[in-house]
Amino acid sequence: MSAVPADLQYTAEHEWVRLEGDVATVGITQYAADALGDVVYVDLPKVGSSVTSGSIVGEVESTKSVGELYAPLDGEVVEANDAVVDAPETINSDPYGDGWLVKVRVSETPTLMSADEYRALIGE
Amino acid sequence: MSDLAASDPASPAPAATPRFSPLHEQHVALGASFTDFAGWQMPVRYTSDLAEHHAVRTAAGLFDISHMAEIAVIGEAAGAFLDEALAGRLSALAVGRAKYSLILDERGGIIDDLIVYRITDHEFLVVANASNRDAVVTALTERTADHGVAIDDRTDATALIAVQGPAARAVLEATPQFLAPELDDLTYYAWTTGTFTGPEGDDSVEVLVARTGYTGEDGFELYLDVAHAAALWQALLAAGAPLGLQPCGLAARDTLRLEAGMPLYGHELGTSIHPVQAGLGRVVVTAKESFVGKAAIEAGPGDDARVLVGLTAEGRRAARAGYPVMSGEEVVGEVTSGALSPTLGHPIAMAFVHPAHAEPGTTLDLDVRGSRIPATVVPLPFYTKET
Repeated sequence: MSAVPADLQYTAEHEWVRLEGDVATVGITQYAADALGDVVYVDLPKVGSSVTSGSIVGEVESTKSVGELYAPLDGEVVEANDAVVDAPETINSDPYGDGWLVKVRVSETPTLMSADEYRALIGE
Repeated sequence: MSDLAASDPASPAPAATPRFSPLHEQHVALGASFTDFAGWQMPVRYTSDLAEHHAVRTAAGLFDISHMAEIAVIGEAAGAFLDEALAGRLSALAVGRAKYSLILDERGGIIDDLIVYRITDHEFLVVANASNRDAVVTALTERTADHGVAIDDRTDATALIAVQGPAARAVLEATPQFLAPELDDLTYYAWTTGTFTGPEGDDSVEVLVARTGYTGEDGFELYLDVAHAAALWQALLAAGAPLGLQPCGLAARDTLRLEAGMPLYGHELGTSIHPVQAGLGRVVVTAKESFVGKAAIEAGPGDDARVLVGLTAEGRRAARAGYPVMSGEEVVGEVTSGALSPTLGHPIAMAFVHPAHAEPGTTLDLDVRGSRIPATVVPLPFYTKET
């Protein structure tokens, strides 16, 4: 069983989104982190760049495999988590906390999955 | 996120009905994550790939590799038969010794790499990769004509547990139910017979104890009847835990063998690859009068045939199997395995490159999903254990 916090929203690409005002914090779910294994490299979009929902904006790489990071919504990157670039293992140890990846100022309110819908997606 | 499955282009598609190791329940109880490997559901990791990798380098790791194929070759002419059927001169192998070998096709391509143990004068045990079990059994059986030997596939009856790492011997010696009197004198690529007595004190079972492995560390591989495998696994884990023994999955096994420069079938080995290209020319005894593939081996794969090299890079971005190797704007090779080396801390890769670019010290580029990563050709292995 992997944690799926009820207060977050999710994508089918195994990202989570915490929307506060017009800023969305984005990370990958514990399910995704567990499936990847030990994360050893993270590539994040630059602050100030525009992202479009569904486009590839970064990479999360483990010893075994490479996962692409998809933008879950439209907007502008206002912050990237440099600490997680320096310590990628944070994504495994705290995917919903210190392991967040980027903050995006959203241009329109996105349609995302609820925790229940995401739980159903991953079969838990 | 996408592509979460660690898809491996070299692995066959999952079988409709997955096969389970005789230790499957042990892995479930330990909380393992599983992956399909050649139709078998095998543990990919228990806790962390990196922690398991480091355990093998610094203490010891316990691996279930029961999916591997054990094929007995029996008969008075077994040695002579294997000299014809395989690349090496197995007839010269002493009882109690093992040898790394290859089974080739008529074109000199590699059907599989093998470890061959001489059990008696008239019996050998051939251990093949899980993905090649059928191909090896078929090829051996086809080649038995006129030799009067029997081929007996014992995979389903045999469990295989590997204990690997600098503390491997101490782990075996600390396991009270397990006895192997000649462990002190057992040299690399030798085997002896041990005994394991189950927790109920029931009849003891014979264990083939080999000083072999696939991690670049000292270690042992233990072959025994499937019925006693779970009890031995539990006994080793209990006795080994104070020595730092950890159960390890296939993910750690892959990074360990890559650091040790050991080839993996489907990556560095295949039917389109001649042994000499993979740096395994020494495994083929061309002085033998006859063996399958001899004419093609003597003709050679051609002067321009790509050869296997090691590549190291800086930073943390690893090249993966299939990524192009570049010299300037020219594609001169392809990565076969790659990872961020857990022990060395930088990216490492094996690749087949054009021989003009294979000299150690040559600077090349790895094309990592569109980014150029500078890399240097280095001799294999990347990692050698301290002796």
